[in-house]
Amino acid sequence: MNQPKEPGDPKRLRSGFSRRGFIRGVGIGSGALGGAVLHEEALAEPPAAAAGVAGPGAVSITLQVNGKPQALNVEPRVTLLDALRNHLNLTGAKKVCDRGTCGACTVIMAGKVVYACNVLAIDAQGKNIQTIESLSTGSRLHPVEAAFVRHDAQQCGYCTPGFVMAAKNFLDKNPNPTMQQIEHGLSGNLCRCGTYVGMRQAVLEASKAMKGGPRA
Amino acid sequence: MPDYSWPPKAKRKVMGRRMDRLDGPEKASGRAKYSSDVQRPGMLYAAILTSPHAHARVTSLDTAEAERSPGVTAVEVVSGPGTEIQWAGTEIVAVAAATEDQARDALRKIKVQYEVLPHFVKDEDLNKAGSRARAAGEQVTGDPDQAFKQADVVHEGYYGIPVITHCTLESHGGIMEWQGDQVAHWASTQALTGIRSDISTSLKVPVGNVTVHQDHMGGGFGSKFAADRWGVAAAQLSKKSGGRPVRVFLDRATELQIGGVRPSAYAKVRLAARKDGTILGWESQSWASGGVGGGGRPPIPYVYTNIPNQRQTHQAVSINAQGARAWRAPNHQQACYITQAAMDDLAAKLNMDPLELFKKNADVTARAAVYRQQLDKAAELIEWKKRWHPRGQSGPGTVKRGLGLAVHTWGGAGHASQCRCNIHADGSVEVELASQDIGTGTRTIIAQTAAETLGLPVGAIKVKIGDTAFPPSGTSGGSTTVGGVSSSTRKATMNALAKLFESVADSIGAPAEQLEAVEGRIQVKGAPAKGLAWKAACQKLGVKTITEMGENNPKQPGGLNTGGVGGAQIADVSVDTETGLVTINKIVAVQDCGLIINPKTAESQCYGGMIMAGVCGALFEERVMDEQTGRVLNADMEFYKLAGIGDIGQLVVHLNMEPEHDQRGVVGLGEPPSIATITAIANAVTNAIGVRVTNVPLTPARVLAALEGRTA
Repeated sequence: MNQPKEPGDPKRLRSGFSRRGFIRGVGIGSGALGGAVLHEEALAEPPAAAAGVAGPGAVSITLQVNGKPQALNVEPRVTLLDALRNHLNLTGAKKVCDRGTCGACTVIMAGKVVYACNVLAIDAQGKNIQTIESLSTGSRLHPVEAAFVRHDAQQCGYCTPGFVMAAKNFLDKNPNPTMQQIEHGLSGNLCRCGTYVGMRQAVLEASKAMKGGPRA
Repeated sequence: MPDYSWPPKAKRKVMGRRMDRLDGPEKASGRAKYSSDVQRPGMLYAAILTSPHAHARVTSLDTAEAERSPGVTAVEVVSGPGTEIQWAGTEIVAVAAATEDQARDALRKIKVQYEVLPHFVKDEDLNKAGSRARAAGEQVTGDPDQAFKQADVVHEGYYGIPVITHCTLESHGGIMEWQGDQVAHWASTQALTGIRSDISTSLKVPVGNVTVHQDHMGGGFGSKFAADRWGVAAAQLSKKSGGRPVRVFLDRATELQIGGVRPSAYAKVRLAARKDGTILGWESQSWASGGVGGGGRPPIPYVYTNIPNQRQTHQAVSINAQGARAWRAPNHQQACYITQAAMDDLAAKLNMDPLELFKKNADVTARAAVYRQQLDKAAELIEWKKRWHPRGQSGPGTVKRGLGLAVHTWGGAGHASQCRCNIHADGSVEVELASQDIGTGTRTIIAQTAAETLGLPVGAIKVKIGDTAFPPSGTSGGSTTVGGVSSSTRKATMNALAKLFESVADSIGAPAEQLEAVEGRIQVKGAPAKGLAWKAACQKLGVKTITEMGENNPKQPGGLNTGGVGGAQIADVSVDTETGLVTINKIVAVQDCGLIINPKTAESQCYGGMIMAGVCGALFEERVMDEQTGRVLNADMEFYKLAGIGDIGQLVVHLNMEPEHDQRGVVGLGEPPSIATITAIANAVTNAIGVRVTNVPLTPARVLAALEGRTA
């Protein structure tokens, strides 16, 4: 697989912390649900980078999205998900839990799947970001998408783009998966309608279709 | 009047085919635009301040600072001073601003003072409910006292099933644009036509001035019928902002607090039976809560409705939590669990195979033959005879395996629906309905129905739904859509075709009533060579367009659709008695659903029901209320748990597609397969470990507690 090179990394602005780390740090309202464990994890987060302070007003950033540089003016608190959806009109990634649980906002960043709701846009600079919009061209679907359609692996379809991105990245890295590996590989995403039966078949079929064929 | 009846099964070319859903490519590629993806020019974002208190009175409200906050265009008070708040999460103030973050910033500047009042949020312990429990009166059938006296065996049990939420992935909300006397709404709704009326009533704007749009929607399950307070607030914010569009979607925490719940149900049940398993009597004391209004009486005894002697009491418990909304098969999962967990326990007490007990008593159901056939089929699919063992006799080892079964019923006749069919001179065909595809495949079955009638491929039909510019169609609730829209589409397309026949009769040289539309041709019946290709026939229309209506009247479905189905499911589970973890090995579902237009999406409905309502409800989902604060403890998707792809085991669906089912016409399938799964899984767990875990979801803590004989 040809992994595109990461774009150059000039002295760009950075937030210095991850949104998930912040959420862990403040804990959850109830406090009763394993707060102590979360607190320890929060402490284990790397300390804030010694970069310049950005914000609170909007700052100019450039995101490398689907192979093209995109200049935006966003507040440092804006997540990658909101930047994609509200500023670049890339609405394939969905906002569902907004807390890094459900995977509906899954995109591929620097070759890894990430929850776009858990990444600040400002921290996504300098990394190749791939969204679902880049997978298909016109009526030509990516093998994962085509398999999702054929196996009816979607109902309301709101979780689907996230699952497709998770499945694509999983299959790029695991071209010969077993069903158990597929289930493990997609365990970071949730569907409400109950489309997992078709999904398992779709990912298995896509793994065969993608073998040797051109990859998006 | 033309004969609208469905073509015989053997002659159908498009209906009955396993078709990919038409909007599948759009959705799978992320191109589908849900209303939450729509960006209108000049769009503002709304955020809503909600009450942190479960029961309180708003004593003062100061929004002045919020109004001056950067980006804010308007503030709308939803619950002003004096309002009594009945649940945490109640909307207090809505703010519109240029960005969502600015709207949230402004919320923090609102000063609200509350007089906090005592709350009550736990519904399971009836003894603590006091005056919050309202008796619904005793119902007696036959002579229950005598029945229990005569019984060889009496089983007594307690069963509980909690409040769960809808947790729709696309949250509740939409875009409101109120300009002058016109209101436009981009909705996330199950009721395109219905929400238009609701907006009209709520905003006091004539219904003709309201338009509603929705290409796709991300899940409703019964919770998205109304404009809701947040929708009305967004409309007011739009008006106050000079008609700029205002987007409101509840954040997840708020969605889980106020976006809809299924009521709980709890019951103490007594069953009286003869040695041979014949059930003589039923007694139940049940209670339930759907929120502050109480509500949610489960229809018990479920399926086995005609047990000859019954005594029932029910109490509606009012708690300080959001009111219930319809949840896929309202009250049926609860009723099924209470009734059939008790029947399963009765079978164990009688040392009887539950399959035999359920079949033996089928005569007190509305469709004895259907259930017996379905139970046998399900038993065959799971190899019941070979693999069932008496309760608790799973053999040595710490991981125990068991089988459990349950049966269900649902109505599902078609709703009121109007369809317009246009045939243009260029041969293009449109079918138009102000209906909605909520993920069930409605677009696809409309296209299949039209294509079948007009003798065209599915690709030749343009299905236009999701806009109130089209003729009104019913709400997608209660499994009524497929029957309604297929019937209205059938009629509209047949009426249009009759006009086309009239237009081309002279050219073909045969009377209109002797023409038929087959495989892209209009031709003479019995003389297929005599005719015209579809396009050539349509060209004869010249400047005309044929526009014809068709209507499904639920009171006169004319054999096209009907309601009333049965289904049986059996689950095979493993339970680790050291960790309490339940694993689904396999679930089989046998389902009766009339004439099936698209077996592929029909099966998806079954899988979906078994997973979202079944596996999720049996093992994971439960709204947890905090007694101290009165709030929902797990209002996030980390702790409000749904099943993942690795949690569901192997699922097998067998649709009853025999001629006698097909002849009944179209029947809805959304709710039926979502009902019995919880009970089948719970009975399987009991069969595996030898003791009843009285309350679902069957969490490891509850399973371990049941094994140790304590309460979780």
